[in-house]
Amino acid sequence: MLKQCEGSHAVAEAVALCRPEVICAYPISPQTHIVEGIGEMVKSGELKDCEFINVESEFAAMSVAIGSSAAGARTYTATASQGLLYMVEAVYNASGLGLPIVMTVANRAIGAPINIWNDHSDSLSQRDCGWVQLFAETNQEALDLHIQAFKLAEEISLPVMVCMDGFILTHAYERVDMPTQEQVDAFLPPYEPRQVLDVNEPVSIGAMVGPEAFMEVRYLAHAKQMQALERIPQLAAEFKSVFGRESGGLIRSYRTEDAETIVIAMGSVLGTIKDTVDEMREAGHKIGVLGITSFRPFPLVEVAAALKHCKRFVVLEKSLAVGIGGIVATNVRMAVTGMGLKGYTVVAGLGGRAITMKSLTGLFEKAGRDELDPVNFLDLDWKVVNKQLEREREKRRTGPAAEAMLRDVGAVAARNY
Amino acid sequence: MSALQTVKFYQTGTFTVGNRLLAPEERSVQANMQRTNSLNSGHRACQGCGEALGARYAIDAAMNATNRQLIAANATGCLEVFSTPYPETSWQIPWIHSLFGNTAAVATGIAAAIKVKKQKGQGQDVCVVAQGGDGGTTDIGFGCLSGMFERNDDVLYICYDNGGYMNTGVQRSSATPSAARTATTMPLGPEPGNPFGQGKFVPAIAMAHEIPYVATATVADLRDLENKVTKAMSLRGARYIHILVPCPLGWGTASHDTIRMARLAKETGIFPVFEAEHGELKSALAIRRPLPVEEYLRPQKRFAHLFGKNPAVETIARIQAQADKNIRRYGLLSKEAA
Repeated sequence: MLKQCEGSHAVAEAVALCRPEVICAYPISPQTHIVEGIGEMVKSGELKDCEFINVESEFAAMSVAIGSSAAGARTYTATASQGLLYMVEAVYNASGLGLPIVMTVANRAIGAPINIWNDHSDSLSQRDCGWVQLFAETNQEALDLHIQAFKLAEEISLPVMVCMDGFILTHAYERVDMPTQEQVDAFLPPYEPRQVLDVNEPVSIGAMVGPEAFMEVRYLAHAKQMQALERIPQLAAEFKSVFGRESGGLIRSYRTEDAETIVIAMGSVLGTIKDTVDEMREAGHKIGVLGITSFRPFPLVEVAAALKHCKRFVVLEKSLAVGIGGIVATNVRMAVTGMGLKGYTVVAGLGGRAITMKSLTGLFEKAGRDELDPVNFLDLDWKVVNKQLEREREKRRTGPAAEAMLRDVGAVAARNY
Repeated sequence: MSALQTVKFYQTGTFTVGNRLLAPEERSVQANMQRTNSLNSGHRACQGCGEALGARYAIDAAMNATNRQLIAANATGCLEVFSTPYPETSWQIPWIHSLFGNTAAVATGIAAAIKVKKQKGQGQDVCVVAQGGDGGTTDIGFGCLSGMFERNDDVLYICYDNGGYMNTGVQRSSATPSAARTATTMPLGPEPGNPFGQGKFVPAIAMAHEIPYVATATVADLRDLENKVTKAMSLRGARYIHILVPCPLGWGTASHDTIRMARLAKETGIFPVFEAEHGELKSALAIRRPLPVEEYLRPQKRFAHLFGKNPAVETIARIQAQADKNIRRYGLLSKEAA
């Protein structure tokens, strides 16, 4: 059914259609609307046989999820930003134990300085935690990925994060096609746990493992992600056969035929990039786009194949690996090792900084002329940065940097973002 | 492995002799071959471990009270490490260890799953026990514990309190008693050992949450411990039992003195043994013959710096004052003693 609704509510409805049994959450923008929506459905009786637990922290949220999943319940939670960081110990534990929890990460920046807006720093900081990470481009895809996520998680017994851009997607009203309960039931079978706390068949879960088997247990986590690498495109195909639309998969190419430059990105910014590329194509530029949906497992082979015929690639990412450059770019570079391509990293949109078509056009034209630096910061105000650097050279006690730089930017300029 | 392995019963001694003098229904479960033996023999606890003893009795009593419909969540710590060195396990019940600080929340999740499964007609009525040491309960796990209490989740949380992080080499926890020596509160300087503080007595904090049931117990009185666990399992909602379990390693006591030390903690008033319901004190185990705290402190090497050539009279007096306060607050003196 087509409807116009907020991204958060679309996800809430999709999760409810997956018949979750335990949902726990701690409020943190911008994920809050999702669990509020589900909480309302549980309270009103619309969503039956589901326990909604208001916990006291994100660490508890993930811990409750671990308990309920280990006891055989289909379990869901959502978080973002600092919340994800606060639950990290339990995040690793959930994947280590192989518990198929599904969690929305409404991507947001990490402080300090405190900032509530969108970038990918939160979930990308968890790239090695053992969870599958799928990135949604639109609200429709966010909705669809949740349905696929439960199936994927439960099949391979591994938790899945569905990452969607905070505010840009979660708070945007878009048209979505909401599936019916019958469609979801046809796609997603009831949860059949691989391991469960059962009084009729007692097991110990979470034993201490020493050097004699730790490597093997960890390798299994890697092997499971490799299984996911195979299953993700299959699931997308199965999804298409039931729901009639393309959603998910590992990667998605756009106008890459004969492209000399391919721009790589994740999430909602792909829309702006595609519009920019459309305009540049009309102007005769040979440029295309590669969207990465599955960041973990990372589709090395597929990315290499997609970049096979281009001359250069530009990884535009909403994250910063401080001290080296890009996180996504580092992964892409591993995929294209030995291919002799020119590669550029562009860090953009941190903390909700708008990524405009104008800036992108300038950036891609520069890339086409191979005039970019290896690592670039899109729309960085060098004046403000240099002024602060100079202050720090001149004076010992310069005070907090963020405050000083904000003062330089000034209230009027700040209003532009 | 659905059939539980029964107790291999070799023990003879005072308890069995004492049992013979009692009516059969009053006899200690230790003498019962049908005991579930949930924490099986062969685990790697130290000799004289109070926690192993406390856990064995608590979980067996809980199994008995729930007709063997029990799942346990366990915090990181001695109990977890000595009972499940991969690929062995001493647990004959469904058991999960997740992290150090989240056991109460994991138990909440298990209870929620059980509730939903039952609603759907897919599961039985199964009870949930969460257990951890004092570090996992009063320090790192306290947030999750308080959250579980406040929501009144259907979980019995058992804290085995040995007064420190014994598993990692005897460091101070918020349950370490005043003046005690630990690896992080060395007996040096003007205030040797653990500094005196306001204390963090979690049973009192649990009472402040007004949960249905709070009790304390020691391994010196196993019958009392069993009764409290049995009572807790007859109730629903959040329940808390705090058990004092002496640690020969951390306390510097002989392994054959574990029971004696627990009894001295109770008889001196250092550790009040009581029951509370919905935030109100209901009963306390009376001290029959009150003893000075010195009797409890002196055998323990962790308090050795208080004695010797120049006894720390003032410090001992302060500890005595703490015990006296417990006696007043919880009404611990029996009529004959008073």
